[in-house]
Amino acid sequence: MAGKGKKKHPKGKPKKRRAKPLREETREQAAGEEVRPKEELEPAPLSEPLPGETEAIELEGPVDGSVGAEAEPPEEEGEEWGRRLRRGMSRSRRAITMPFTRAAARKAITPEFWTEAEDALIAADAGVACSARIVENAKKRIISEGIRDIEGLKDAFRREVVAMLESFGEPPEPPPERPRVIFIAGVNGVGKTTTAAKIGFLLKEKGNKILFAAADTFRAAGIEQMEMWASRVVAPVVSHQAGGDPAAVVYDSIESAKAKSIDTVLVDTAGRLHTKKNLMEELGKMWRVADRQLPGRPEAILVIDATTGQNGVSQARIFGEVLDVSSIALTKMDGSAKGGVVMAIGMELGIPVAYIGVGEGISDLKPFDPEQYATALF
Amino acid sequence: MFDSLSDRLQGVFAKLRGQGKLTEKDVDAAMREIRMVLLEADVNYKVVKQFVEHVKERAVGEGVTKSVTPAQQVVKIVYDEMVDILGGTQQALKFASHPPSVIMLVGLQGSGKTTAAAKLAVMLRRQGRDPMLVAADIYRPAAVEQLQTLGGQIDVPVAYYRHKSAVAIVEEALREATRTGRDVVILDTAGRLHIDEDMMQELVDIKSSVPPGESLLVVDAMTGQDAVNVALAFLDKVDFDGIILTKMDGDARGGAALSMKSVTGKPIKLASVGEKVNDLEVFHPDRVASRILGMGDIVTLVEKAEDTMTEERARKLEEKLRKHRFDFDDFLEQMEQLRSMGGLSKVLEMVPGMGNVAGTYGLDLDDRRMKRIEAIIQSMTREERQNPHVLNASRRRRVAAGSGTSTQDVNQLVKQFAQMQKLLKQFSGKGGEMGMMKRLFPF
Repeated sequence: MAGKGKKKHPKGKPKKRRAKPLREETREQAAGEEVRPKEELEPAPLSEPLPGETEAIELEGPVDGSVGAEAEPPEEEGEEWGRRLRRGMSRSRRAITMPFTRAAARKAITPEFWTEAEDALIAADAGVACSARIVENAKKRIISEGIRDIEGLKDAFRREVVAMLESFGEPPEPPPERPRVIFIAGVNGVGKTTTAAKIGFLLKEKGNKILFAAADTFRAAGIEQMEMWASRVVAPVVSHQAGGDPAAVVYDSIESAKAKSIDTVLVDTAGRLHTKKNLMEELGKMWRVADRQLPGRPEAILVIDATTGQNGVSQARIFGEVLDVSSIALTKMDGSAKGGVVMAIGMELGIPVAYIGVGEGISDLKPFDPEQYATALF
Repeated sequence: MFDSLSDRLQGVFAKLRGQGKLTEKDVDAAMREIRMVLLEADVNYKVVKQFVEHVKERAVGEGVTKSVTPAQQVVKIVYDEMVDILGGTQQALKFASHPPSVIMLVGLQGSGKTTAAAKLAVMLRRQGRDPMLVAADIYRPAAVEQLQTLGGQIDVPVAYYRHKSAVAIVEEALREATRTGRDVVILDTAGRLHIDEDMMQELVDIKSSVPPGESLLVVDAMTGQDAVNVALAFLDKVDFDGIILTKMDGDARGGAALSMKSVTGKPIKLASVGEKVNDLEVFHPDRVASRILGMGDIVTLVEKAEDTMTEERARKLEEKLRKHRFDFDDFLEQMEQLRSMGGLSKVLEMVPGMGNVAGTYGLDLDDRRMKRIEAIIQSMTREERQNPHVLNASRRRRVAAGSGTSTQDVNQLVKQFAQMQKLLKQFSGKGGEMGMMKRLFPF
């Protein structure tokens, strides 16, 4: 332990590192990637050369590299849960904090900082267009506010992520009519059944009377899995036989909900690839059955697994053609994936994130908080 | 699944081909577009960087700009590099010299291990082996039931022992396999996070108690940038020999497939391309590369056809095609075979340049429509089947009534059939498939 010590002053290192980024810089410029900055940077009232130009902006404050890696964001309420979210996301947080630690090592914001920041967001699955937009906006903010320290840089990026997430709107409020019916839909293996159970648990804690509809009649043992979860949540479940018509399960569960004055029916649907036309038609039929039976409109939550890549956008678009997808539940945030695709989805389709899940326990799903997500991200 | 990636790349190449001479700037512009296309397809950003650099370097080194066929050369370089990052040639599964061979499947939750295990069993049985499945996922609710149900459907025994640890289950199952003369044992382990130390240790324990001849990491083809982190963590902690890509039948652009080999050094051995139990395919990097670049995958198509078509039937069909006498009876027979090959759209996808034909001509047949078509044809008289042009309005009404469909359905089928006849004539024309390939792709 003593032998290793803490590398507080990696002297000499910055020099060595510098050689490589410089090469990258010339290549990037030769490739003509840096076309935008000029006009964008003109209005910024700075005396020094501007970021994105050939020279760098010097940084102030602590710049020994440890800042980027260690800085703990301020704790808020729900501290324990927030810590777990961050722990999950910090598994490979190095990739996303790398631009900041490098900038700290260089003691300057150099042109490659912006490229690295964009790469970091792409690595978080935010997608090319969305990453570019966040970097662009953060850049404007950093320049106009004259930000010169690592924490300030990070904070600028956090604020951009929050701004982007908030621009997708809020998840819908519960309608006045009863019962409220929420479809839980998504592709195979994203965790629909567990998410249905966990949302049920959350609503039940809030005093809602809930009922599960085991409408995954296709997957071997899909019904059993829903029944097991329902008994953990201690809520009734309506199920038919395996292979039965899922629309009939929806019908029966709504009838049952009306009879028992249930507040919310959670419909656990079978996982299906959005490209399977007949399976999507089946989902559409279930939706129409519910729509006809209800005084109000049913809702749908699309479950997106945090490891999902840009295909998530396609999933959201096509599920959205069949159901009214009003929000997203982002699951499996306890791995090393960042779930950045929800930003790409939101940017294209304007669907907000309602829930975020960080584990297998019944209380590991929580309402989504953009601030908390952004803090955990950077 | 590689369709849209393929479409995008074709666009880039088309732009290149439009130019007689290429300047360095043109190549750079094309590379920037390729970078974008690959990133949007979820290829890992580091792999993309490397890929683009390699292609650029080679393009400069081989003097592409001075070549007389610069565009073709760029495509060739991209193809070579793509085969390279996909893993060169195909790698077969390894089997122990003393049965039973053990194949262990590992992966994250929801990657599709249980389904893949069943599909693998079906594939191995087709190859003349006697597989056994082992339910070693003792954590997920109803996981064991799921495997047992699947085992029942495909008629493969599933070993499971209540109240035992995963290691004990596997050990007991292996003894059982030896006793009952099963020569391959497929272990379906629990899905786990690569960062969950305890769960990863369980895999290490299983591995050391019954060394598997083959450990396969199961990866969802829709995974984004994190795919490589997951793979590297599994590689580091438990090690694996190859990869199974699942859910390849979606519209994901296959970035994970492109990243895996170059990052882990382990080949993709199998790919799951549909929901049915026989929708597991051997993964051929070179063929996938040509599919991505829109050159089709005629070899796989031929192999599939060979699988389902006897030589006798093939000869008869060829004869008919040559004489342009393909009728509804043949169509019916072909449909049966098509169905066992995975449906018409899947077949067309593999034909060079035909990737989009299915959609364009409305030939995208799902099972339900196939059944309806069968009913329509079966409601035709023998004469009508052999000479579709005799089908006038009144006959069509009768056929519709007889098959429980509408006249529109019948009309549509007759129209599609005519189109198909035309299509088939093209194939049977001079030069066969290779001629077709050359006409469509002059490089």
